[in-house]
Amino acid sequence: MARICSLSQAIEDAVRDGDSVAMEGFTHLIPYAAGHEVIRQGRKDLFLIRMTPDLIYDQLIGAGCARGMKFSWGGNPGVGSLHRFRDAVENQWPRPLEIEEHSHAAMANAYEAGAANLPFATLRGYIGADLPKVNPNIRQVTCPFTGEVLAAVPAIRPDVSIIHAQRADRAGNVLIEGIVGVQKEAVLAARRSIVTVEEIVDELNPPSPNSVVLPGWAVTSVVHVPGGAFPSYAHGYYPRSNAFYIAWDKISRDRDSFQAWIRENVMAARSEDFARYAGKSTANAA
Amino acid sequence: MTHDFTANEMMTIAAARALTNEDVCFVGIGAPSAACNVARLTHAPDITLIYESGTVGTKPDVLPLSIGDGELCDTALFTVSVPEMFRYWLQGGRITTGFLGGAQIDKFANLNTTVVGPYSHPKVRLPGGGGAPEIASNCGRIFITMALSKRGFVEKLSFITSMGHGEGGDGEGGHGEGGDHRARLGMKTSGPTRVVTDLCILEPDPQTRELTVTSIHKGVTREQIQENCGWPVKFAAQIVETPIPTDTELSVLRDINARTRKAHEAA
Repeated sequence: MARICSLSQAIEDAVRDGDSVAMEGFTHLIPYAAGHEVIRQGRKDLFLIRMTPDLIYDQLIGAGCARGMKFSWGGNPGVGSLHRFRDAVENQWPRPLEIEEHSHAAMANAYEAGAANLPFATLRGYIGADLPKVNPNIRQVTCPFTGEVLAAVPAIRPDVSIIHAQRADRAGNVLIEGIVGVQKEAVLAARRSIVTVEEIVDELNPPSPNSVVLPGWAVTSVVHVPGGAFPSYAHGYYPRSNAFYIAWDKISRDRDSFQAWIRENVMAARSEDFARYAGKSTANAA
Repeated sequence: MTHDFTANEMMTIAAARALTNEDVCFVGIGAPSAACNVARLTHAPDITLIYESGTVGTKPDVLPLSIGDGELCDTALFTVSVPEMFRYWLQGGRITTGFLGGAQIDKFANLNTTVVGPYSHPKVRLPGGGGAPEIASNCGRIFITMALSKRGFVEKLSFITSMGHGEGGDGEGGHGEGGDHRARLGMKTSGPTRVVTDLCILEPDPQTRELTVTSIHKGVTREQIQENCGWPVKFAAQIVETPIPTDTELSVLRDINARTRKAHEAA
């Protein structure tokens, strides 16, 4: 059964220096509060895994927490570059960043293979593309039945996966709704997992027998962090702050303004501060 | 009709016209997303729009800033996980048309969104491929839309993020293997069939697969097109003038852009 605890305790116990860490959420339900706690606790040498690094990994990279990153699309969606990511790759600031780059299809397949306890994933991918020339983890496998040559990538098996979800019950069963991304696969592929949630309720009441539910016995820790996905969003609770994503371009462009932002909004802040962004559940109103 | 329109509006509307009511379209963010939704709100009301975040049959009222905005999920017929999206729907061969943009394109419609300069120490680190490598190979055909410029339309790409027509083709069976480059790699899909820019439309030559100007927007000259293209561009024997935007097309595009601006500023 998942332990329900504070965010600082969950991060302290689950995330260790040098770990491979996946914080997932495909534009939706990005676990920002947890990412900030990792920065506050000063974790070092992390190998970050995420399909779309987004602002959350821009912040972790700029804060010097990461030695490497496995990803498939590293931009500020609809806005432009991730400037801290670019500064690390182009100028090795604040430290060099080892990158392992894939396509979305390969990352999604690799998470699924991890959840399925397989050593690798196969897909009809990367045909005619240059990534296999620069990423030795993109290889080929021949179908034993048809002889077709397919792409192969290693399964993703993070030391720890961290996601944000709408709600959990007191046994730590978790409900995820809306754009569900690869969160279920990321948790099931990982050795340890943390789920931050908007609400903890007495009865989970999944709206459909086919709802996406992670049972408490498959999750390490559940933490109540209302607003914890801001400036991304929580379907049924609060919308994406597109204005913040646009504002981040200016904040992050310059090393000094980035560091000032981190000092004020991460180092001098607490996870409870995210509650100001939380909306009331519209899904659970009845 | 004598009203004014911008080159950018012409580009989006010409791109929208490429889509049909029967298309199942995998939508890239940015310019492709605007074109796909203008198509849906004008001549192709039953088009199925799919975004890689897993939203299928979505009908957004405002254009999403990201591929995973809540608007896409709220207005979708259904939403699947990202592994399902890429495995069953894209790799499964269910998508007729992929609509992509890019930072750079070459004369065979290969796209680069990864790096400018060497991969190991790039001059400019771009976001990367995302869904594009498999969209380019698994969709029935690919449309591309991006503004024509010397920086964008280049003789040689630093990096091929997603393959268009590779090194091209020749009717004579060059490279000792025959056929076009995609077919030699075992791909059965058509690849890029149309590139819509703010000045003209280019299509691959049936023999060489080299992008060739087939339609020029009103008021644009061949010299202007060449000045903004990084390789000596070819013009088809038969060239038409792109019909100017209709009142309906323009008002639909301007309305959705206005709604989008308002929504993104408010959020």
